[in-house]
Amino acid sequence: MIDLLFEPFGYNYMTKAIWVSALVGAVCAFLSCYLILKGWALMGDALAHSVVPGVALAYMLALPYAIGAFAAGFVAALGITGLRRITRLREDAVIGLVFTTLFAVGLLIVSINPTSVNVQSIILGNILAISDEDVTQVVIIAAASLAILGFRWKDLMLTFFDESHARTVGLDPWRMYIMFFVLLSACAVAALQTVGAVLVVAMVVTPGATAYLLTDRFGVMIWLAMTIGAVTSALGAYVSYFLDGATGGLIVVFQTLVFLAAFVFAPKHGRLAARRAGRKTAEATP
Amino acid sequence: MTGQVLDLASTVSPGRAAAPAQQRVSPSINVDRITVSYANGVPAIRDVSFTLGASTICALVGVNGSGKSTLFKTLMGFLTPLMGEVRIAGRPVDKALKRGLVAYVPQSEEVDWNFPVLVGDVVMMGRYGHMNFLRIPGKADRMAVDAALERVGMSEFRKSQIGELSGGQKKRVFLARALAQGSEIILLDEPFTGVDVKTESAIMDLLRSLRDDGRLMLVSTHNLGSIPDFCDQVVIINKTVLAYGPTETTFTEANLAEAFGGVLRHVHLGGAELHADADRRRVTVLTDDERPLVLYGERDHEKLVKPDRGETD
Repeated sequence: MIDLLFEPFGYNYMTKAIWVSALVGAVCAFLSCYLILKGWALMGDALAHSVVPGVALAYMLALPYAIGAFAAGFVAALGITGLRRITRLREDAVIGLVFTTLFAVGLLIVSINPTSVNVQSIILGNILAISDEDVTQVVIIAAASLAILGFRWKDLMLTFFDESHARTVGLDPWRMYIMFFVLLSACAVAALQTVGAVLVVAMVVTPGATAYLLTDRFGVMIWLAMTIGAVTSALGAYVSYFLDGATGGLIVVFQTLVFLAAFVFAPKHGRLAARRAGRKTAEATP
Repeated sequence: MTGQVLDLASTVSPGRAAAPAQQRVSPSINVDRITVSYANGVPAIRDVSFTLGASTICALVGVNGSGKSTLFKTLMGFLTPLMGEVRIAGRPVDKALKRGLVAYVPQSEEVDWNFPVLVGDVVMMGRYGHMNFLRIPGKADRMAVDAALERVGMSEFRKSQIGELSGGQKKRVFLARALAQGSEIILLDEPFTGVDVKTESAIMDLLRSLRDDGRLMLVSTHNLGSIPDFCDQVVIINKTVLAYGPTETTFTEANLAEAFGGVLRHVHLGGAELHADADRRRVTVLTDDERPLVLYGERDHEKLVKPDRGETD
């Protein structure tokens, strides 16, 4: 029995999949804390879909796929914020317009050039078969993102909480948002490998949403979200060995289960706590 | 709010006490013929000019859509004038903001009250400009936060999430942040909206004591009745400056009628309608659905009536 449980660790590709997933899960979770508080969850989805043409082009030109993905993500972020500024369209319309366009272009490139890249591994992820170069890319992206976030998380928090005040302490909100979206597209690229373009949005939303229910302090929220992101991602990769199922699907299912638990049992903001508080008020006022 | 007596004005200003080494800059706002337009190119304000100096509380008055918030956004560097120039303490806006000369107290609607921050965290944000780039608070920062919370009577709420507070308490937290920041210039956007009467007069006392301390405050407000109580200057705008100057000479029925057109509730009582004698004095009540402005006397010679706050409230 014990032997069976340890079996995945006997395979190099499994151990690699587990720790790379955990790393990606942690970084995405960090970013998720900001995204969900600003109502920008859809931006995460948009960026993940938008990087597809970049990846396809990069494969076609034999460049590291991260460079292509990164450029495409950047184009998407700029396109969305730019269009938002100069048109009267609402943000959701602009996001929908930009990311479906880029996603369609990506699919078109791939279909014209079928040998260049496996569509399925972009859309659904393929962490179990990740190459060593790809691991290096993911690790560099994750480490750099974590370092930047570690240094600037308070400034980002201030900007997301109160742009006007951010200006009065000498921060440029516009620059902070650009930095944030650069990080987000970088991490969307890293997450492509683990869960695929379709499920990246879960990685950059669910851990933050779960942590939000568990605390009233932003710093604590970040630690909780990162723990949830890392543990569920590692667990998803690990269990996929036994179930022979899609890693991405498993990771996201685990994240949802943790969210549901928090939703019901969270000490202050859970449903049970809310009901208890309601009953207490009812008793206090006869 | 509990039964405690709010005495916001009694102690020394915490931001400055904590940072004695900081050189004081004489505060001023110099708006010189600026025109600012919306993103679609339509001008929001045209040819706006005024100058404010140290030891001033200035009210910014105008109807909704008159350009008050555009003016605030320009002072905060979010918008750049197409023409003209804004100088804060003799510097361009960006330089003044970088030096932490301006503090901003936002409208309640602008704040995300569900954000996971505690009262103490918000006030500590006022100190970010004083910290190194990692924003790790030192002893001076913690002392400034303590003093600011103490001064607005919110010390006991330090560990509360901001959404759990009442309207008046929320305002006091953001005032405490401005105090902790220790800036010479404070911009306040609708500080009296959603605030109980007691907090309102406590905030006015606080602003008065900051004025005596040499600071400059620009207050955007709909609360016309309270303006004569605590503002020494008034800027009345509607797309451009209609009138500006000392409250006594500027805050008149004629100027307000011009600024608000038919928007204000405008009630005359007295004169011939009320009695048959020759007494032509009358009472005029102007209100933007907040505390009313009351004027009394003969037509065009009406004087402000300052109601005794304890009774009228």
